[in-house]
Amino acid sequence: MKAFGGKILFLDRDDINTDEIIPARYLTEVDKQAMAPYLFEDLSLAGFNPPTDISGKAAVVTRTNFGCGSSREHAPWALEVNQIHLVIASGFSRIFRQNMFNCGMLAVQLPPETIDRIFATFAGRDATVRADVVNSKLIFEAAGRNETILFSLTPFDRALIEAGGWVEYADARY
Amino acid sequence: MGKTTAEKIFDAHKVDSPCDGVHVIRLDKVFCHEITTPVAINDLVRRGKDRVFDPDRIKVVIDHVTPAKDSKTAEQGKILRDWARRREIADFFDIGRNGVCHALFPEQGFVRPGETIIMGDSHTCTHGAFGAFAAGVGTTDLEVGILKGVCALEYPRTIKIVLNGRLPAGVFAKDVILAVIAELTVNGATNRVMEFTGEVVDALSMDARMTLCNMAVEAGATCGICYPDATTVAYLWPFIKNEFASPEAAVTAYRRWVSDPDAAYDRVLEMDVSRLVPQITDGYKPDCVKPVSEMTGRPVDQVYIGSCTNGRLEDLRLAADVLKGKTISDSVRGIVSPATPTIYRQALQEGIIQVFMEAGFCVTNPTCGACLGMSNGVLAPGEVCVSTTNRNFNGRMGKGGMVHLASPATAAASALAGHIENSILYRQESR
Repeated sequence: MKAFGGKILFLDRDDINTDEIIPARYLTEVDKQAMAPYLFEDLSLAGFNPPTDISGKAAVVTRTNFGCGSSREHAPWALEVNQIHLVIASGFSRIFRQNMFNCGMLAVQLPPETIDRIFATFAGRDATVRADVVNSKLIFEAAGRNETILFSLTPFDRALIEAGGWVEYADARY
Repeated sequence: MGKTTAEKIFDAHKVDSPCDGVHVIRLDKVFCHEITTPVAINDLVRRGKDRVFDPDRIKVVIDHVTPAKDSKTAEQGKILRDWARRREIADFFDIGRNGVCHALFPEQGFVRPGETIIMGDSHTCTHGAFGAFAAGVGTTDLEVGILKGVCALEYPRTIKIVLNGRLPAGVFAKDVILAVIAELTVNGATNRVMEFTGEVVDALSMDARMTLCNMAVEAGATCGICYPDATTVAYLWPFIKNEFASPEAAVTAYRRWVSDPDAAYDRVLEMDVSRLVPQITDGYKPDCVKPVSEMTGRPVDQVYIGSCTNGRLEDLRLAADVLKGKTISDSVRGIVSPATPTIYRQALQEGIIQVFMEAGFCVTNPTCGACLGMSNGVLAPGEVCVSTTNRNFNGRMGKGGMVHLASPATAAASALAGHIENSILYRQESR
């Protein structure tokens, strides 16, 4: 199982699309690692500077409909090769969410008001989050503040994370 | 309680249910192109699983970057080409025979009512126009589809979109779907099926139904679906004539996939299109939609007519009607990409290609080209394109460019004017 958590990259916008996560011009690569420098290169977000803001981050907290648009699995791969295995949002596009679990990564959906609170409490404070997948808990920490939030996963989501992805799971069963 | 089309298809294809609300379904077809499939092939080889579930049910095309533009895209094509040969996949469409996947595969008769289809391409929802359940997936889902012929998906919840009235002259399926997305928003159909029905849909051609279903994913939908009917059967008849005694018999047989009158819906959206005007996007999301009349006069650098949304014969005919005998503005680069070789040949025979060329358009080979800024027709920073494609995301056609999505008629009119403009097809009728 992958490690889920670390320093948080806060992306305060709805509808961050797959072209913004990894632009199509880099889809000529057939190796995941090659995508590492281009994560969020075209992200339209005031004050966001991809190389410096992504550096050292291991989780993303964002708003709703994250990953809308293309089916490209290059989007979660671009996160994966930057050691970001956890995305927390108030909503995901279907394909992006499934791609995350298919790769053995974790996409956690929380109610919008919980996401509001996380932004209010932890954004801009050098915060970290750790996901305890076994107990379905997220533990947020920043200087002088911490909070534990429960999340839910379907047994299928959990099985995919534990199996390391969908290929081995499916080949063993079908 | 009755069932929707999507529920009927799921129930007929169920293999397993790994948890509540998730079904593993048997796939009738797996479609592949050269951008998302080579990584799946490489991974299958690496895992020692270089197999396919059924070479006859896998259809393959090189369409996003063709001819190859550099060594990397040449390698993507080579991986796909070598694999198709190695796994004896007969339906492999390479240069000279290749076209935009969502136009080519229906044209080849690969899509039937009641079927299940996946592809590593979000606009796979296009094929729902035939009453199929067709979903875009990532590379890992594609890999499992290739290997095992199954896919895991949430049991479908459906939004019924009832289109009433009669389309005014100069207003087309593209204007309708832009208006529907504006109503639903880009997140309004996430994880849902969009079922298009009503007298307007009944009267639409298959080309136009594909335009509707193509953009379902722009509202977040898994799939767009139209009911199979006589129009569907007429399109498919060359491919199914040995299966049925008559077209009427085929319509009757396919009717089993039409939603029951008492099926349950997540939401029902009724729209009367009789007063709809031509629509265009303004912004970086497909739900940022306005009437063209509110945008007229904005200068345009490029006009692109093509793609899996509006590169079909009907679209080219429509644009040619606007362009005939005229010349596009000196300040505009006009690009047209017929979506398949068959469309290209037919457009040649009908004199449509000549109209485009005399108007000053560059005619490219069938390819996804400019739509996602991957091969030809990339915008420079600050440039503006009126495009018949489906996505206007920031940087989509090239970093710093702005894409306005519109119908082929609006695109052609804008090319003539040099700025965003309603087509004469609309202005004459609405005086």
